[in-house]
Amino acid sequence: MAELITTYDTDVILAEQGYDDKFHEHHHGDKYQSGFIHHYIFSMDHKIIARQFLMTGIFWAIIGAAMSIIFRIQLGYPEESMAWLKPLLGKWIVVDEAGIGTLAPEFYYALVTMHGTILVFFVLTAGLSGTFSNLLIPLQIGARDMASPFLNMLSYWFFFLAGVIMFYSLFISTGPFSGGWTAYPPLSALPQASTGSGTGMTLWLVSLTLFVVSVLLGGINYVTTVLNLRTQGMTMWRMPLTIWAFFVTAILGILSFPVLASGFFMLIFDRSLGTSFFLSDIFIEGQALDRVGGTPILYQHLFWFLGHPEVYIIILPAMGIASEVLSVHARKPIFGYKAMVLSILAIGFLSFIVWAHHMFMSGVNPFISNFFVVFTLIIAVPSAVKVFNWITTIWGGNVRLNSAMLFAIGFVSMFISGGLTGIFLGNSAIDIQMHDTYFVVAHFHIVMGVAAFFGMFAGVYHWYPKMFGRFMSETMGKIHFWGTLIGAYAIFWPMHYIGMAGVPRRYYSFDSFDAFKHFTELNKFITIAAAVVFVIQLLFVLNFFYSIWKGKKMTSRNPWEATTLEWSTPIEPIHGNWPGNIPSVHRWAYDYNKDEREYVPQYIPMVEGEEEDH
Amino acid sequence: MSDLSINPSYRSKIHPKKFALYTSFASITMMFAAFTSAYIVKQAGGNWLEFAIPTQFYISTAAILMSSVVLHLSLKGFKQGNQNRHKYGMIAGTILGIVFIAMQCSGWMTLVDNGIYLKGNASGSFFYLITLVHALHIIGGIAALFVALYHTFTLKFEATPQRILRYELTVHYWHFVDVLWIYLLMFLIFIK
Repeated sequence: MAELITTYDTDVILAEQGYDDKFHEHHHGDKYQSGFIHHYIFSMDHKIIARQFLMTGIFWAIIGAAMSIIFRIQLGYPEESMAWLKPLLGKWIVVDEAGIGTLAPEFYYALVTMHGTILVFFVLTAGLSGTFSNLLIPLQIGARDMASPFLNMLSYWFFFLAGVIMFYSLFISTGPFSGGWTAYPPLSALPQASTGSGTGMTLWLVSLTLFVVSVLLGGINYVTTVLNLRTQGMTMWRMPLTIWAFFVTAILGILSFPVLASGFFMLIFDRSLGTSFFLSDIFIEGQALDRVGGTPILYQHLFWFLGHPEVYIIILPAMGIASEVLSVHARKPIFGYKAMVLSILAIGFLSFIVWAHHMFMSGVNPFISNFFVVFTLIIAVPSAVKVFNWITTIWGGNVRLNSAMLFAIGFVSMFISGGLTGIFLGNSAIDIQMHDTYFVVAHFHIVMGVAAFFGMFAGVYHWYPKMFGRFMSETMGKIHFWGTLIGAYAIFWPMHYIGMAGVPRRYYSFDSFDAFKHFTELNKFITIAAAVVFVIQLLFVLNFFYSIWKGKKMTSRNPWEATTLEWSTPIEPIHGNWPGNIPSVHRWAYDYNKDEREYVPQYIPMVEGEEEDH
Repeated sequence: MSDLSINPSYRSKIHPKKFALYTSFASITMMFAAFTSAYIVKQAGGNWLEFAIPTQFYISTAAILMSSVVLHLSLKGFKQGNQNRHKYGMIAGTILGIVFIAMQCSGWMTLVDNGIYLKGNASGSFFYLITLVHALHIIGGIAALFVALYHTFTLKFEATPQRILRYELTVHYWHFVDVLWIYLLMFLIFIK
């Protein structure tokens, strides 16, 4: 066995062992990186685009979360005056003669709808996979940039435009769309159906159609980059799990978002051109409409054919990030790498054949439901494999409990808690009681809302030095973690009980239901917990922006002593990522504590007699 | 600008941009798969009006098949340095593409004359929807062909790798929307 190396002089190794792709020879000046506008705004550099996605995601997360606080106040304190919110919400707070302000019910629905739309699409799709796919795919596979930097830029700007239109819809006089984030017809198909169904819905459709374009441009780029631009030696089986996760996520997006686009086209035809794909036997104010022959179930099929893969589009990147962070900070190779990859693939595949479990109670044939129950429950298998492997990865590891690691562990916790309730909801028989209750709300918030956020936070804390050359404050990070972990459980755990008692979701008020009276105190508790968690997230935002300028500076390239390629790039990011050669890869991404070496980066050649670990 | 995406030479089996284009075919296919699946589901629900597909749609099919052939020859001509074949093939292909759209429009008008309206029975609505969204994809292809024509008539005739790639991307997209139309027409003929 040759001399054991524990610290590596990256530049020397890359110069000797790296691959010379002649990048710097035929690269005549930096045409599109010069000047402020081309560098920071219409940038084609994947690292800048990643930061753009992240910042926009944070913006939307604050808005979406603030909305949830407003409707939580309504749910927790329906009797209290909300007149103090009048300066913010204007006419949506109706103040009576006694000075008591109440939230307009139609705006409550708009808030719930926007909260869902914003969080699912803008924050957890664009903000999560947009950020980290962009940042990590080229850096971790050893590419200079994406396959098409131009399409990559367009991807962000389509997202931005979608955001502008959605944001605008919040301020129109009839309010934003209010028929639920799933936009089921007839509320979405008939402009006269409700206040938000008019201009609000039109803007919603335009915005989300642009968003679909953004996801497709991004996804096509990610898949192409992963398959075509990997550096020498970077075989598929040597890719970090982050890349596997982003890769499968992108495939899911490419295959499922077009189906949503189809649904949207049909919806636009129904709204504007008078077709009846989704409409039949509708009466508005006693008047029968001449729209016959359609069925809203058809829309639900098209929507959920996207909608279910969408939840994996949200959770897979978080899984990838958690796998990476757990392994790095436990100083151990990821347990069962191949099983992890195969379970990502299995989850990706299964996600396409379970969509109707969102529709058990919509009138689909119960015999067909059986198939969907079986496939849904089978997803528990690859999910359990992953959970087992995460736990085994940190078991006996030399764990560094920093903010990134805490959030990765928190992710596993949330994924278990939320996943277990999925087994209840996946059963069509139990779903008769549970559907459309707070049990569902609790389930999906924990498993894809909070868990995905935890994955995202883990990623932000972990790769922050790569993005900004500085560290975020650990103290604030830990307060953020514990506050969020405890707070999130405090919000969503009680919701399970409320849901089991049959309290329906999306209701404005429960005043007229005697059966739900005893949940008044519990609802107050949830609202307080939600407000506290919201404030704690502001701490994260503060930490994030404060650290960009004032954080502790990164002094070495590889502060976490990780093995992946992104840590071999200079501290000061440059266009093309590596100043000289791109690294050649000689091993998988998880050589921690191998043969008495603390960690061995992927670009280190094998020493004599050394064997690959998997 | 595109220097970045040049493949490391040791693994360049296919240019990344071409691969990206093929990936986008998967997306477009899924979109039409969704339309045709919705069609089948809706049809199974009953209340489905059968009608004859106007002749124009068969003429348009012939036009687009021919356009694919001439564009293929034009691409070949470009690669072989045969300027005339390249130029006239491209012009013919573009004209045939426009003929396709014109025939589709004429077909829609015949349908309207026959009393098949967008707003009527779902079978008609689906027919218009599917052919219209497909026509939009053809128009996208025609736009790309116009860019190619512009290049042919303004730039010196020179088959650089960059320009071959560009023209290949255009022509391959065209073949794809052609095949897509054949699938849609077969579907509309046999499942009605």
